[in-house]
Amino acid sequence: MARAVTTNRKVVSTVFGWAIAILIFFPILWTILTSFKTEAEAIASPPSFLVFDWTLENYSTVQERSDYFLHFMNSVILSLGSTVLGLLIAIPAAWSMAFVPAKRTKDVLMWMLSTKMLPPVGVLVPIYLIFRDIGLLDTRLGLVIVLTLINLPIIIWMLFTYFREIPGDILEAARMDGASLRDEIIHVLTPMAVPGIASTLLLNVILAWNEAFWTLNLTAANAAPLTAFIASYSSPEGLFYAKLSAASTMAIAPILILGWFSQKQLVRGLTFGAVK
Amino acid sequence: MGRIVLKDVAKSFGDVHVIPPLNLEIEDGEFVVFVGPSGCGKSTLLRLIAGLEDVSGGVIEIDGEDATGMPPAKRRLAMVFQSYALYPHMTVRKNIAFPLKMAGMDKAEQARRIENAAKVLNLTDYLDRRPGQLSGGQRQRVAIGRAIVREPAAFLFDEPLSNLDAALRVGMRLEISELHERLETTMIYVTHDQVEAMTMADKIVVLQAGRIEQVGSPLELYHTPRNRFVAGFIGSPKMNILEGAEAEKRGGHAIGIRPEHIAPSATTGTWKGVVGVSEHLGSDTFFHVHMDGRREPLTVRAGGEVSLHHGDAIFLTPDEEKIHRFDHEGLRIA
Repeated sequence: MARAVTTNRKVVSTVFGWAIAILIFFPILWTILTSFKTEAEAIASPPSFLVFDWTLENYSTVQERSDYFLHFMNSVILSLGSTVLGLLIAIPAAWSMAFVPAKRTKDVLMWMLSTKMLPPVGVLVPIYLIFRDIGLLDTRLGLVIVLTLINLPIIIWMLFTYFREIPGDILEAARMDGASLRDEIIHVLTPMAVPGIASTLLLNVILAWNEAFWTLNLTAANAAPLTAFIASYSSPEGLFYAKLSAASTMAIAPILILGWFSQKQLVRGLTFGAVK
Repeated sequence: MGRIVLKDVAKSFGDVHVIPPLNLEIEDGEFVVFVGPSGCGKSTLLRLIAGLEDVSGGVIEIDGEDATGMPPAKRRLAMVFQSYALYPHMTVRKNIAFPLKMAGMDKAEQARRIENAAKVLNLTDYLDRRPGQLSGGQRQRVAIGRAIVREPAAFLFDEPLSNLDAALRVGMRLEISELHERLETTMIYVTHDQVEAMTMADKIVVLQAGRIEQVGSPLELYHTPRNRFVAGFIGSPKMNILEGAEAEKRGGHAIGIRPEHIAPSATTGTWKGVVGVSEHLGSDTFFHVHMDGRREPLTVRAGGEVSLHHGDAIFLTPDEEKIHRFDHEGLRIA
């Protein structure tokens, strides 16, 4: 029998749920509101919540000062590029670990994950020097490589979890049917893992889009994505809250929209295998 | 053509010898069933023949050619899996076409073979559905369809009926037997169900712990089991095994008598016992009889309806001609 829930309880839980949600969302909401204020109103004390002179001035200033679309395109190229490259490497890697595990496969997986525990700043200098010497500083290619490498452990882990759920019989059937390893991965495994690959792709696009450490340190102008574009507003000329907020809003809007439309897929992806 | 010869084929996983070296010949067109309790290595043996596992030693020949090192696809064998192993993202048509596509066959010939297979297996109406929209029996037919379009040298079945319900299982059993009659292609069929083995096989291979206990036709195995294991495994209900005075009297360490070779009576007989459980099926009656000095009840089968029930005294007369005698090692005494 389903557990009985009283109306009172429902009201309390609903209010509580909304309160938490608003608390978490509030900084983003505040950023968006601030982006429509003038600089004076943005730092006014006490701050005004909804009653102020709404203006789009910040947005046009931001666009005039720095080319939003250049950075937007960079973000798109970096996040999609690193994700696609990552998937191309991770699919065969996850395949081999899921279907032909060796004695040390578990250790390899743990080792890969452990690289995520290393503070990135620890390897910044060597990587910076390498990039400088081979001319990859401030290039999209260079950043695509770095972003691929830092997210690869997560991509491989997610795909590995998915692939393990696919019955080995089906791949063996494909082998009996004359499929080569390539055919097996392209015609059988990948189409069956589409939901898993899709959520891996989404999560990785979001991670790469939001990545700020490497993108800030390895770019200047040409390859700078939106994270660098936001950061440029906490500049030597001083802190312009309203413009910074406008830039932030412009930077997070695409990923917020993507996240909103793909939330089902994302939740499914992240909880896959938890409940069978 | 599909003559398969195993010479000293062995398989071990690390230090565990799953299959000690064994020899087996499977003639072209034969229906061979590998039967044995779970974990006896029958599926492993099938996978070795298929090429899905590498042998640890020995040679596998298919039609006189050494296939030991060949990849699965090159062996011209088709396999039907217990789980059906259909490609869930493809329609039935594409599932059946997959091996043909992999072989690079031209579209017209593909279509012709698919139509044929669909007709044979009653799948014509389902060609555009996905496996998820089919029942268990239909899925199994698709799996068989995928195997027959390749016109393989031999079919390998790995417990193909285990996932079906009892009624469907009997139907599919007949279908597979009919298919064998029609195609006259070698079939190797793995099951733990001795009824399937008895009803379908030309030749049964009884396995235990990776060893071949006996190879023979179903009736050979039934009438002259080589040892106690085969005697107990083939036949349903199981053969009764008696040790002690009754066995010694008949010149063996142990004797075996099948339930159908013991005549029950309410009045007279060689042995006396008490009915424990009686199962009345209408066509047959089974008695599980408790006898003095025996822990396990003796199973007796009587044709038709016999009105004896729990607690009744029962007299049993074994058919002396049909008694099997075994020595200390469990081997048959001729």
